Amino acid sequence: MLKVEEQTPVQFSSELLAKFDEVKSRYPEGKHKSALLPLLHLVQAEFLWVPTSAMDQVAEYLNIQPIEVYEVATFYTMYFLKPQGKYALEVCRTGPCCLVGAEKILDHLENKLGVKEGEVTADGLFSFRGVECLAACGFGPVLQISPEYTFYENLTTESVDKLIEDLKNK
Amino acid sequence: MSRKLLLEHINVPGINTLEVYRQKGGYRAVEKALKTLTPEEIVEEVKKSGLRGRGGAGFPTGMKWSFLAKPEGVARYLVCNADESEPGTFKDRYLMTYIPHALIEGMIVSSFALGAKVSYIYVRGEMMPQIRILEKAIAEAKAAGWLGKNILGTGYDLELYVQPGGGAYICGEETALLESLEGKRGNPRIKPPFPAIAGLYGCPTVVNNVESIAAVVPIINDGGDEYAKIGIGRSTGTKLISASGNLVKPGVYEIELGLPVEEFIYSDEYCGGIANGKKLKATVAGGSSVPVLPANLTLKLANGEPRLMSYESLSEGGFATGTMMGSGGFIAFDEDQCIVRNTWNFSRFYHHESCGQCSPCREGTGWMEKVLHKIEHGHGSMDDVDLLWDIQRKIEGNTICPLGDAAAWPVASAIRHFRDEFEWHIKEPVNSQQQNYGLANYATPIEKAPVTEEK
Repeated sequence: MLKVEEQTPVQFSSELLAKFDEVKSRYPEGKHKSALLPLLHLVQAEFLWVPTSAMDQVAEYLNIQPIEVYEVATFYTMYFLKPQGKYALEVCRTGPCCLVGAEKILDHLENKLGVKEGEVTADGLFSFRGVECLAACGFGPVLQISPEYTFYENLTTESVDKLIEDLKNK
Repeated sequence: MSRKLLLEHINVPGINTLEVYRQKGGYRAVEKALKTLTPEEIVEEVKKSGLRGRGGAGFPTGMKWSFLAKPEGVARYLVCNADESEPGTFKDRYLMTYIPHALIEGMIVSSFALGAKVSYIYVRGEMMPQIRILEKAIAEAKAAGWLGKNILGTGYDLELYVQPGGGAYICGEETALLESLEGKRGNPRIKPPFPAIAGLYGCPTVVNNVESIAAVVPIINDGGDEYAKIGIGRSTGTKLISASGNLVKPGVYEIELGLPVEEFIYSDEYCGGIANGKKLKATVAGGSSVPVLPANLTLKLANGEPRLMSYESLSEGGFATGTMMGSGGFIAFDEDQCIVRNTWNFSRFYHHESCGQCSPCREGTGWMEKVLHKIEHGHGSMDDVDLLWDIQRKIEGNTICPLGDAAAWPVASAIRHFRDEFEWHIKEPVNSQQQNYGLANYATPIEKAPVTEEK
């Protein structure tokens, strides 16, 4: 899963490192490993995915082994281990959303964007995938867009079309 | 209108701000608790209230609190479980979005009762907007002196932090949550020791659901005895129900426990009936993990008495004819929904979310998903139904945490109550790809007479 690709190692800005320091201060002395999940979210918000070089630097920052970061990054599904579109659309595909048409929305996205689940459009703007329950079952179908995780509820094929146009023109 | 304790002011503009929340009586419970009650007295009030954990297990909250070990010189922690991930459940998201100070107020009172100086709210990572809302509300509360050092001049210090998860259902299980909060994979721990003895960082810890903690506020304001007067029997107080599926008005409702299920589904005060004029076929009453019931057993007990929204009534009849309250995730299926397809969908969910520690769950959930996929897509054989039954039996009870049971029960109950529909998929592989099995006899009313157990 963690295929080390040819890549220029990412650089952490001083702003990002300042955020790291704030997060680290939330835990008792010696328990700074607790910062790992929040730090990986910060990394993903910055680079839109979590490159291996970033994981190595997080390990160094927290003074833990790189494997301790890899095992966490691969366990939790929110961390993207390969580059995504600028807007990564995640559509809930679990039971309650399917009762109100989530599968249709996923099919529609595939046609509309012309890529398969997990692929990125040629212009680099979009990627999409089905995810499990997003805890908004009463307002389904729903999708979220990382890294802000803005939420769109009660989707129809028309509202999805409009959303994509709006994002293109942003 | 039934009584509202948590959502009374939900529609007041600006209730998400400290100022408006205060105007509506917010933070009274903190003043009362910190200035006039001892930690022991608070635990006693919560015990008297009969409050049961709102996350799904329904264990009495006051009892859980009283198990907390208090060794000298060792830190104690309160961790709020806001990892809401059970399909069908979205009440905690609603509460945190619209009335975040209710949770923060509950956290302060509960932390004081337990002697915690640092508390965490573990929110599922996907809820970044809610995390931002909570962090803003915490900053407001802290600036106003409700958090931090020497709160209200009582000498009590409390820091409250929000921790994001990483998108793993398993972290709703309390020991997996603690592992995750320690920066590790969310693998549930073997119990004992229970978190009350060795939890976060090996220290005594209480993990409570968002709604349970928010419910502590009215309990302290009005007293445990008053709270216990609401509801029915051992199901005291009010409960947030997340209603989803094919309903006219899906959403979050606060009900007094004991409300008839029929009223909840059909009355205009709640869900307003089944959408598009269709008929109810089945429900999952407490989140995806609890047994699915056909419409007739949803509305009535096997003896023909009405079924109520309470811990006891929903589980009346055991798994043969009943279900569970769970987390209060109420999913309604109309006559056009396919039980086989939904069971396959849920199985995929559990397969995806299994942490992989215990082989019955890791292997069994994937196996069930494959067999259900086969049946749903018209390639099943009659043996497959028995195979499914066999697999789920071998998962249930054989895993470290309840995810295994949660994966087994939806499959078991679907076969128990909807075997006809599975067999129809197998006997009619072509038809089943083009049409649905429909309502069949699943909504046939139960007569008020001795009824033999449904097979």
